Amino acid sequence: MATKLLIEAIHDTMVDEMRRDESVILMGEDVGRRGGVFRVSAGLIDEFGENRVIDTPLAESSIIGTAIGASMNGLRPIAEIQFLDFIHPAMNQILNEAAKIRYRSYGDYNCPIVIRTPYGGGVHGALYHSQSIEAVFTREPGLKVVAPIDPADAAGLLRSAIRDEDPVIFLEHKKGYRAIRGEVPENGHVVPIGKAKVVKEGSDVTIISYGMMLQESMAAAKAMEEGGGASIEVIDLRSLRPLDTDTILQSVMKTGKALIVYEANRFGGFGAEVAAYLAEEAFPWLDAPIMRIGGPEVPAVPYSKPLEAAFLPNQQTIGAALERLSAY
Amino acid sequence: MSTAKTGTHIQLPKLGESVTEGTVGAWLKQVGDHVDRYDALVEITTDKVNAEVPSPVAGVIVEIMAAEGETLPVGAELCVIDEGNGAAASAAEPVASAPAEPAAEPQPAEMAPPQPTERASRPTGENGAMELLRTRSSPAVRRIAEEHGVEISQIRGSGIGGRVTKSDILNYVDQRRAEPAVVPAEAPVAPMPYPEPATAPTTVSSPQPEERPTAAGQVEVYQGDKVVTLTAKQRQIAEHMVRSERTAPHVTTWMEVDMSRVVEARQRSKERFAADEGFDLTYLSYVIKGVVQALRQHPNVNAVWDETRVIQRKAINIGVAVGLEDGLIVPVIRNADEKSIAGIARAMRDLTTRARQNRLTVDDVQGGTFTVNNPGTFGTVLSTPIIVQPQSAILSTEAIIKRPVVIDDSIAIRPMMNLSLSIDHRALDGLAAARFLGEVKRWLERFDPETSLY
Repeated sequence: MATKLLIEAIHDTMVDEMRRDESVILMGEDVGRRGGVFRVSAGLIDEFGENRVIDTPLAESSIIGTAIGASMNGLRPIAEIQFLDFIHPAMNQILNEAAKIRYRSYGDYNCPIVIRTPYGGGVHGALYHSQSIEAVFTREPGLKVVAPIDPADAAGLLRSAIRDEDPVIFLEHKKGYRAIRGEVPENGHVVPIGKAKVVKEGSDVTIISYGMMLQESMAAAKAMEEGGGASIEVIDLRSLRPLDTDTILQSVMKTGKALIVYEANRFGGFGAEVAAYLAEEAFPWLDAPIMRIGGPEVPAVPYSKPLEAAFLPNQQTIGAALERLSAY
Repeated sequence: MSTAKTGTHIQLPKLGESVTEGTVGAWLKQVGDHVDRYDALVEITTDKVNAEVPSPVAGVIVEIMAAEGETLPVGAELCVIDEGNGAAASAAEPVASAPAEPAAEPQPAEMAPPQPTERASRPTGENGAMELLRTRSSPAVRRIAEEHGVEISQIRGSGIGGRVTKSDILNYVDQRRAEPAVVPAEAPVAPMPYPEPATAPTTVSSPQPEERPTAAGQVEVYQGDKVVTLTAKQRQIAEHMVRSERTAPHVTTWMEVDMSRVVEARQRSKERFAADEGFDLTYLSYVIKGVVQALRQHPNVNAVWDETRVIQRKAINIGVAVGLEDGLIVPVIRNADEKSIAGIARAMRDLTTRARQNRLTVDDVQGGTFTVNNPGTFGTVLSTPIIVQPQSAILSTEAIIKRPVVIDDSIAIRPMMNLSLSIDHRALDGLAAARFLGEVKRWLERFDPETSLY
């Protein structure tokens, strides 16, 4: 066991896997000589060489397209998109190609790529360095989408993603890179894709969240309980697609009240799908409407600091929602 | 047991956290019986709690799969109820303006099907939403309410808009299931010379769980106070009292009766009777015989008010109040007009014995047309009894006390007994009451001590 930052857990896991399996390569903008703009891949090019750690041109569509081609020819590429905000030019490659190759070839071909990319706001990143557009991918059959925030989860899920035979979008919260610290097993542990984790048990309200919002939710839950309020159960989804419906259903059957917290725009965001599932399956056990907290109907995370703070859910706004929900 | 019958299958519910099975007690309904929603179907005993299983639907029982005495696991099939077209909406539906569930929507298997004939107008707007919250609360609360046969609208809610929350109803259900406060029975084993004892000048109806209790905790408890938990039965009795008083305007009339002839008659017969029958002859048997005769002359008293009409009953079934540890029960002497005094005495003996042994059946406590109560054994001289619904009158016999009375302008000592008659002043009036009561008095005062008991 070692205590690592989120970014260290990701870095170390890549090193591990690239040592274990020659076919694993890393490609993206500034990942080689620079070691990544966040330093996630620092030192990798020194160990594995420029054939396996590739600095690509600034061309997202080509990065993904090349990765797809490489993956269909025996390699296991980790394609880094420098910021999730930049992924848009690669959409056609991801949704029309990567997601459909197995289906389209009736299993003759598959596409074992991992698309790693920092996402999320709260770092004063403004419109093009703060986006949370995971909902675009979570609705796509043929893709897997994971968003771990705990360093041990990140390590375990990255291993699963790299070893997965199909495309996995691996979302790394940029604010969490150096803010989240945790114990990480050194033994090469694997976290299966599609399993959520109950990080805190409770009996009155269930919070379902992921990413940095999971952190804010935990803080709100603890503050509420310390203030003598309701007992809150908190679930870290970890995997968005596939969604661990069993875990969230069991929890809501127990508590009867659900609050889904995500920083992406509330309308049409991933949390809406979770809410719809619970509304249908957990209906007889619900003691209150299912509530969601998400970003506002604003086209992007603002550059202005106070406006950015107003955009993102935080411990206070989550706490207020918990009060309303537990009093319902 | 599997069944080919279609309808709503009623399963043995989970009666407690760690309860995994239950033993079937008495079936309170039989195949062919119509049941209203929430009617008690069958008694279940477990090692933690005894309970009645309420019906989640209205309809007719078409099959019973669980036999009395069988021990079954939670979830086992008990019976099947055919709801027909759902037209059997209970006439005694509770007060709350619960809007009907939309008939067209498919329901999950565990929920009761919608009742189309109950369609109330759907509340709209802000008030409508609050109304829905208060009466229908939430799916979790409705589910728990159905499981336990509880009326949501009668529980005080702590949620928004005053709605009942899940913890409100769970607390309520837990309280309801708390062990009843058992007072050790001091039921006299040795026969008494006075009529059968009753504990209070009021009466109770059949074991229909028309649960409409209010939430506990509306009265402040001070230090040193003793909080007595009520059993479901006690609450039912209380509910019946309230309902009876609330619907029927009660008027009570009294008459004094000279019981000398009856006393003499009993004096002559009691030893022989006790030797032959094995129990003591009481005055109540004579009084009931007199009541029956009077009811034959005054069928308007053997009747019940029904809003736009009065139904005069053909059968004369006399309810007799019996005191038990946790309340009153009123078993019924059926067709009392076919019985002699001894027959009445035997019937009473059987009913009171079985009542004390908790062996009364549903038939024993249903169908009464007139009730007789007997507080006189405790020395009361006047009562204002409450009518047992659905009847129109109730008679209490008071203590027999020797008093000086005037007869032919001389003073004589006579054993005098007051009779207290309460009537439903919708169905009857003072004149009818006086006539009836006078008939009973006359019959008792003219009783020929030579009359055979048989």
